Amino acid sequence: MKIYSSYSLSDRFLTVYAILFLSFLYIPVLFLPLFSFSESQYMQFPITDWTFERYVTMWKKTKLHDALFASIKVGIFASVISTILGILVARAMTRYLFPFKKSVLGFIMLPMVFPEIIMGVGLLIFAIFAGMQLSLVTVTAGHILICLPFSVVILISRFEGFDKSLEEASLDLGENAWQTFYRITFPIVGSGILASLLLTFTISFDEFLIAFFLSGEDPTLPIYIYGQLRHVKNIPYMLALGSIILIVSFITISFSEWIRGRGMTTKKIYGIFK
Amino acid sequence: MNKNNDFIMVDGITKTFGSVVAVDNINLEIKQGEFFSLLGASGCGKTTLLRLLAGFEKPDKGRIFIEGEDITYLIPNKRPTNMVFQNYAIFPHMDVASNIGYGLRKEKLSNKELHHRIDHYLELIKLSGYGNRKADQLSGGQRQRVALARALIMQPKVLLLDEPLGALDKQLRANMQIELRLLQKDVGITFVFVTHDQEESLSMSDRVAVMSNGKILQVSSPDELYEKPENEEVANFIGTINFFDATISSINNENCSLKSKYLGMIQTNCKNNVYSTGEEVLVGIRPEKLNLHVNKPEQDSGIIEGIVENISYLGERSHYYVKIDGLSKTVSVSSQNVNRAQINQLINDNKKVWVTFDSDSLIMIKKNY
Repeated sequence: MKIYSSYSLSDRFLTVYAILFLSFLYIPVLFLPLFSFSESQYMQFPITDWTFERYVTMWKKTKLHDALFASIKVGIFASVISTILGILVARAMTRYLFPFKKSVLGFIMLPMVFPEIIMGVGLLIFAIFAGMQLSLVTVTAGHILICLPFSVVILISRFEGFDKSLEEASLDLGENAWQTFYRITFPIVGSGILASLLLTFTISFDEFLIAFFLSGEDPTLPIYIYGQLRHVKNIPYMLALGSIILIVSFITISFSEWIRGRGMTTKKIYGIFK
Repeated sequence: MNKNNDFIMVDGITKTFGSVVAVDNINLEIKQGEFFSLLGASGCGKTTLLRLLAGFEKPDKGRIFIEGEDITYLIPNKRPTNMVFQNYAIFPHMDVASNIGYGLRKEKLSNKELHHRIDHYLELIKLSGYGNRKADQLSGGQRQRVALARALIMQPKVLLLDEPLGALDKQLRANMQIELRLLQKDVGITFVFVTHDQEESLSMSDRVAVMSNGKILQVSSPDELYEKPENEEVANFIGTINFFDATISSINNENCSLKSKYLGMIQTNCKNNVYSTGEEVLVGIRPEKLNLHVNKPEQDSGIIEGIVENISYLGERSHYYVKIDGLSKTVSVSSQNVNRAQINQLINDNKKVWVTFDSDSLIMIKKNY
């Protein structure tokens, strides 16, 4: 009896703890959508009048469209390139022995802990010396640098569990290296690749410091938002924009988790040969 | 092109990994339709040799021929060989049928023909109706059979098996040994089978190559390997053996007279003409070819006197370790427990016994210096 009651007590405590924990994480964020529907210019309680106007007006700002489109472009290029490089690094690290392996990996991972402001300044100086025009291309290059360590971390853990003999079996059964990658390697490590793509896209999408130093005429979305926040009247629109980003992120992450969950489902024979 | 008519010919193959010589100048011929085993302790180079045959490793030197065709540098997907991997390497994201049919993509079969073929091989491995199962829904033995079917459906000239029974429990393993042997006879494909289990290789193979340190010590049929090992290492690796020192006192045609401190004067035939009078040799005898007596038998030669030091009871037989005065190693004697009451009652530790043998059972081996 005693064991039972003490168990349920700690159980209740854990429930309260979990609720507090999640509240701490999410209540601040939820202020964004809440105030985005407020009629008032100022964020204050109580909210008296509700409106949808912020959302409607926001969509008419063409500068915002450009910034959003710029961020998506940068995000796609940065995530795809860093994931491809990450695949190569992860394979090399899990499959081969070579001199200075640990040091090489260490240098690849370093940008993860390096202050971005230092990197941003460094990259800017380098770009100027190299005579490069600051543009979305330089932003993308900078983002690849900071995204790569995350790709590598995700993909190494995925490739480590990958049995080399599966690929050998495929080669042995008559397939070439590309077909083997397509039919065996990719389906098995695919969820890791997708996770890497989504994470690096997200990192690039909300990255501010490097974009701040390296972008030219076209701002990315975070740079644009930062610029807008200097005028108080624009803040409610940014709240609306932030709310949309929040919802899209939520859907994206749920989707990626769903994909990961069904990553290992069986392919039917018809699916493979048709 | 082929130097002789052997089906598989391995000609002076050497493979090193860094400073380790995994396969050391090996020559080997394997006949068509043969069940051939590569036997050795781990690290002896047997798996490397198999991987050289499969094309997963490139040799440093030497050549490999299959049916006269030089395949030394052919990539795995172009070789007439298929492999069953040690851990089976079943594709985890596909069902059983897709695993088995994996290699048929290039043949561009109709769905009907494809299913027909896969069903045929499912039947062969006694897993009819398992086509839609996922890999993780299979037991170890079933996975092993799927791996087998997946390789056999390619109709290879040679099937390479890398310790395929190693992961199975003892009972299943014994069944699979028989099934595998029957299957091999049935399909008529040459099997090259890697194992560290000497019993397994003896019971299944037509011929066995015993390997050690990257070299082949002996290639023989299982019974020759056991009854006529060519050197001490093979004799020790295959089963148990008792060795005694002896000196050749005379050679008469094919008849050797040996003098041994513990065995006395013995006669045995020494067919190969490689021994000389006065040479020191090893004389071996298997434990089951020794007979144990509690009363002194009426014979002058072929008899050793000793004291039982230890007994291990193994169910259908018992092993007796007999201490012989002056000999550091005990002599091991194996005896069938035919009569329930019999031996254990009569023999216990420190009991004085007599061990007899027949000189025909002796194995004479040159000494390694």
